[in-house]
Amino acid sequence: MQERQALGGKVLTIPFKVCAAIVLIALFFLGKRFIFGIGSVTNMNDGYPWGIWIAYDVVVGTALACAGYSIALIVYVFNKGEYSPLVRPALMTSMFGYTLAGVSVIFDIGRYWQAYNIFLPWLSNLHSVMFEVALCIGTYILVLWMEFAPTMLEKFKADQLKARLNRVIFVFIALGILLPTMHQSSLGTMMLMAGHKLSPLWWSGFLPLLFLITAVVIGYAAVIFESLIASVAFKRPMEMHLLSKISALMPWLLGIYLVIRIEDVNLRGFLPLAFEGGLLGNLFLLENLLLLSALLILAYPSNRRNPQLLFIASCAMLLGGSMYRFNTYIVGFDPGTGWQYFPSVSELFITLGIIAAEVMAYLWFVKTLPVLPKLTKA
Amino acid sequence: MKIRRRDFLKGVAAGTLLLAAEQNPAQAKGARKELPPNAVGILYDSTLCIGCKVCEYACKQANNKPVEHGSPSEPMWDDPQDLSAKTLNIIKRYGVEGQKDSAAGFAFVKRHCMHCIDPACVSACPVSALVKNSDNGVVTYNKKACIGCRYCQVACPYNIPKFEWDSPFPEIVKCQLCSHLLAKGGISACCAACPTGASLFGPVEKLRAEAKRRLAMQPGEYYDFPVADINGTEVQQHRAGGYVSHVYGERELGGSQVLYLAGVPFASIGLPDLPEDSYVALADGIQYAIYKGMVYPLVVLGGLIYIIRNREDKKE
Amino acid sequence: MKEQDFARIREHLDGISRRDFMKFCTVMAAAMGLPLEVAPQIAAAVTAPQRPPVIWLSGSACTGCTESLLRPSHPSLEHLILDLISLDYNETLNAGAGHQAEAALQASIKKNTGKFILVVEGAIPLKDGGVYCMVGGKPFSEIVNETAAKAAAVIAIGSCAAWGGVAAAKPNPTGCVGAPEFLKGKTVVTIPGCPPNAYNFLSTVLHFLTFKKLPALDDKGRPKFAYGRLIHENCERRPHFDAGRFAIKFGDEGHRKGYCLFKLGCKGPMTFANCPAILFNDVGPGAWPVGTGHPCFGCTEEGVGFNLPLHAQADLKYITPGAAYPHIVSERGEGASVGAVALVAGVAGVALGAGVAVAKNLGRTGEGSSSEGE
Repeated sequence: MQERQALGGKVLTIPFKVCAAIVLIALFFLGKRFIFGIGSVTNMNDGYPWGIWIAYDVVVGTALACAGYSIALIVYVFNKGEYSPLVRPALMTSMFGYTLAGVSVIFDIGRYWQAYNIFLPWLSNLHSVMFEVALCIGTYILVLWMEFAPTMLEKFKADQLKARLNRVIFVFIALGILLPTMHQSSLGTMMLMAGHKLSPLWWSGFLPLLFLITAVVIGYAAVIFESLIASVAFKRPMEMHLLSKISALMPWLLGIYLVIRIEDVNLRGFLPLAFEGGLLGNLFLLENLLLLSALLILAYPSNRRNPQLLFIASCAMLLGGSMYRFNTYIVGFDPGTGWQYFPSVSELFITLGIIAAEVMAYLWFVKTLPVLPKLTKA
Repeated sequence: MKIRRRDFLKGVAAGTLLLAAEQNPAQAKGARKELPPNAVGILYDSTLCIGCKVCEYACKQANNKPVEHGSPSEPMWDDPQDLSAKTLNIIKRYGVEGQKDSAAGFAFVKRHCMHCIDPACVSACPVSALVKNSDNGVVTYNKKACIGCRYCQVACPYNIPKFEWDSPFPEIVKCQLCSHLLAKGGISACCAACPTGASLFGPVEKLRAEAKRRLAMQPGEYYDFPVADINGTEVQQHRAGGYVSHVYGERELGGSQVLYLAGVPFASIGLPDLPEDSYVALADGIQYAIYKGMVYPLVVLGGLIYIIRNREDKKE
Repeated sequence: MKEQDFARIREHLDGISRRDFMKFCTVMAAAMGLPLEVAPQIAAAVTAPQRPPVIWLSGSACTGCTESLLRPSHPSLEHLILDLISLDYNETLNAGAGHQAEAALQASIKKNTGKFILVVEGAIPLKDGGVYCMVGGKPFSEIVNETAAKAAAVIAIGSCAAWGGVAAAKPNPTGCVGAPEFLKGKTVVTIPGCPPNAYNFLSTVLHFLTFKKLPALDDKGRPKFAYGRLIHENCERRPHFDAGRFAIKFGDEGHRKGYCLFKLGCKGPMTFANCPAILFNDVGPGAWPVGTGHPCFGCTEEGVGFNLPLHAQADLKYITPGAAYPHIVSERGEGASVGAVALVAGVAGVALGAGVAVAKNLGRTGEGSSSEGE
C-alpha cells in the first residue's frame, strides 16, 4: 500500500493570507446578497438569469474537479494500480471543487431556504434535467467525502474505523464513476432546452456527449496541472512517468472531441459563422485551436516526457475545455430581448472568494493530512 | 477474471457508442403533447389593438402589482418597458420609424405567458414549482416549491418568467391567466378590459376556429368581432384588416394556448420563427433514452462494482 | 399701425390700451400658428381705414355660430368683431329688420362687389326647390348662389354650413347640404364645429385681411392651423389613454379622477379640431366637453358628429404612440463596468504570470526526476 504523509510546514504563508483576505471581502458581499437580494450584488438579469456563478463556479468548476473522476477511471476500471499516488490529491481537489460548486449553488438559487425541496419525492420532476443534475451532484459530494474519509481516518489513527470503511468503499468508488458520467453529460443536456436562444455554434444534439468528453479531458488535464504545480510549489520531484503515460490518452480523446464538435457544426450548416470575424466565431475558433494545439503537442512521446510542454498542453486543455462549457452557458446564450450581461465587481469577488477558499483548504489539508505520497530517499 | 473484465469493458464501450448514435436529434423525441380537455386561452388580434394599455392596467389591478417606471431615474410615468417582476402583461409597439402620419405605420403586440401545450418551464423545473393544469391547461407557479434556480427562465423560448432580483426572498413572476378569477367563473382581467376585442378569452378550440374565420375575411369589409369572452354576447363592428396568413401559436414548439393574429410579419413584433418540435421533447427524449427506469445506469453500476470488487480481492 | 388709425378705433373698443390691442393681435397670430412678428401686420390690417365688409347669411341654422362669436368674455372682442370687421349684415345682430335690412344688404353687396367676405351659417336645404328655408320671400339657396358669386371669399361657419351638420342628420327630410357641396367649384373655407370656436373664425378673417389670402386649407377647406390635428393628439387626458386608465361609467372612480373617456365613446381619436388647445369662452382650463367630463362626439367631423352614436366606440384615425412607448426590443442590462473589467484583467494577468513562471521553472529542471518507489 502506498504510503502517504502530511507535507507539514507553516500553514499561514503569504499565499494563504492573501486568499484569506479575498475570502473576507467575498463574505462581505455575500452578506449583501442575503440581505438585499441577488440583484444587489450581481448583474444577472431577466435576459441572463445565469451568470458566472453558474457558468463558472458550477459548470466549469465541476469539470475542473473531475480530476478524481478521471483518475478513478484509470485506477479502478482499467486497473492501473501504479497511478495510485495520484489518487488522493486528485480526490481531494475533486472533493473541494464539488463541495464549493454545491456551495455556489446555494448562493445562486433565490429561494435557498427551500433547497431541500429537491429531495422531496412528491415534488420531484423526473422529466427535469436539472433535477437529475442536482441529485447526482449532491450524492457525488457525499461519495467524494466518503472516498476521502480514509485519508482523514489515517491522520487520526482510527484504524478500526478505516478498516470497516475499506470493506464497503468499492460501492462509493463505483458510484464515483457512474455519477459524474451522468451529471456531466446532463450539464450539456440542460442547455438543449435553450434552443434558438443558444448560438448554433454551440447548440447541438451532441451537447451531452461533448460535455462528458470535456469533463474527462479537463479532469486529466487538472491531474497533470495540479501535480506539476505541487511539485514546483512544494519543491518535490515530479511524477513524470505517471503523467506522461496519462497524457498518452489525451490525443485520442481530443481527436474524438474535435471531430464530433466541428463536424456536427458543419453538418448543420453553421461552420461559416465561425469565420465571420464576430465575437462568437472567434471564440469558437479559439476554443478548438487550444484543444487542437494540446493534441498536437501530446501526440509525440518525447513531448509527453517534457514537463514544460506537458504543463503548457494541460493549460491549453483546461482553457479550451473550460471555454467550451462557459461559452455554452453564457457567451453563446442570447435570448434576443436586448439584455446584456457582464459580471459586477461584487459578483466577481464572490467567485474569487470561493476559489480562494478552495486554495486555502488545499494548502491546509495537504500540509496536515496524509495526502501526498511519502518521499523515500534514494 | 481478466477476460470477463475485458468483455464487460467492450460491452460498455459498445453501449456508449450505441447511445451516442441514438443521440441523432431526429430520433430522440418524446411523444407530441395534446391539448387538455377544457383548455382555455387568449386570442390576440394585433390588427384590432389600439395600444391603449388598459389590459396592462387591469392586469396590475387583478394581480396586485405595483406601478413600474420606464426610466427609474425619471419616475414620471406608469410605463413599464417590458415584462418584469412587476409587470405580467405588456403591450409593445412595432413602428416604421420616420413616418409622420403613421396610419399604416404601427402595430402592437401583447406579450405574456403563452401557456404552451408542452411547456419548457414545466419540464425544466426540478421541484415542480411550475405545473400545467391537466384540465384547463393553465401553467401556474407555486412559490412554496420553488428554489429560485431560474432554469425556467433559461428554458422558456419566449423569455416569459421573470425574477424578483431585488428581493431577499425572490419569486418567479409570470402571467397565470388570472386563474384566481377563472376559479370564480370569471375570465382573465386583460380580456375583460379590452375595449376593442383585441384580447379575446375562451376555449382554445373556439379561439382557433375564430382565428381561421378572421383569416378568411375580406380586408376592408365590416364584420362582427366578439369582445372580451368568445362565449359572451358582446360584439363590435370592425373593418377587417389585412392579416398575415398564419395563426401564431397553433403549432410553434408544439403549440400554445395563447394565439396571435397580426397584420405585419410576426418576427417584426417579436414572435420568432420557431420549429414545430419543441426543444423539450428533444431533451426529454435524450434523458428518457438513457435514464428510462434507470436501467442503463444500474447496469453500469453493477458492472463497475463487479470490476472494482474483483480488483480489490486480487490485490490483497 | 398708425397712431391716428388706432386712435380712431380706440373709442369703439371701450378705450382699450394700445398694449392690450397688440397683445390681442399677438394671440391671434399664435392661434393661427404664425410667427409672433406678424402681430403688427395684423394690427395694421385691423386698424386700416379700408376694411372689407363681412356679409353673414343664415340658413337652416340654430344661430349658435353667431352666438359663439359673442361668447369670448374679453369684452372688447365683441366690439372688435361687430364694429371693426364691419359686419354689414347679420340677421341676428342687425339693428333694422324687414325691407330695411334687405335694402341694406343689397346696397352693401353692390358697393363692395368682389371685395366682401361672405359668411354662411347653417345648411342649405334643397328639397322641393329649397322651400324649407325662405328669407325675404326667396329660397335661401338662391340667396347664397347670388351672393357668393359676388364675394371675394366664402367662409362656411359651423358644421351645418360646412357639411350639413345636425340639419342634415338622417333622414335629412329637407335635403340639407353644406355650402361647399352647394357652391361646387368655388373655394369655400369651412370652420366646422357645433358651435365652432370663435377664435378659429376670427383668425381666418384676420388672416385674409392681413395677407389678402386665405390660410392653408386641407382637402375639406378647413384651415390647417385649427383642424390639422386630431383632438386625441392634443387632449390633456391623453396620458391616461396611453397608460390604459379609462372611465367606465359616468361618476365612477375613474371618471372622477379625470381618466380618459375613450370607453365612454369619446370621438377624439377620429375628430380633427383644436378644442383642447384653445378651449371655449375664455373662462379658463377645462372649458371644453372632455374637460367637463363628457366624451367628445365629433361635432366638427362629417360622418362622426350627428351620425355615430354618442357612446359608440371610436375608431382610431391614426395610431400615435408616445415617445416612451416600449419597443419590441430595448437595450438594457449592466454591461461591463470599469471595475469589473479591471478585476478580470488583473486576475487573468496574475494567472498568466504565474503560469509562465511555473512553465519556466519546469523548463529549467528539464525532464524531472521521478519519485522512487511506488
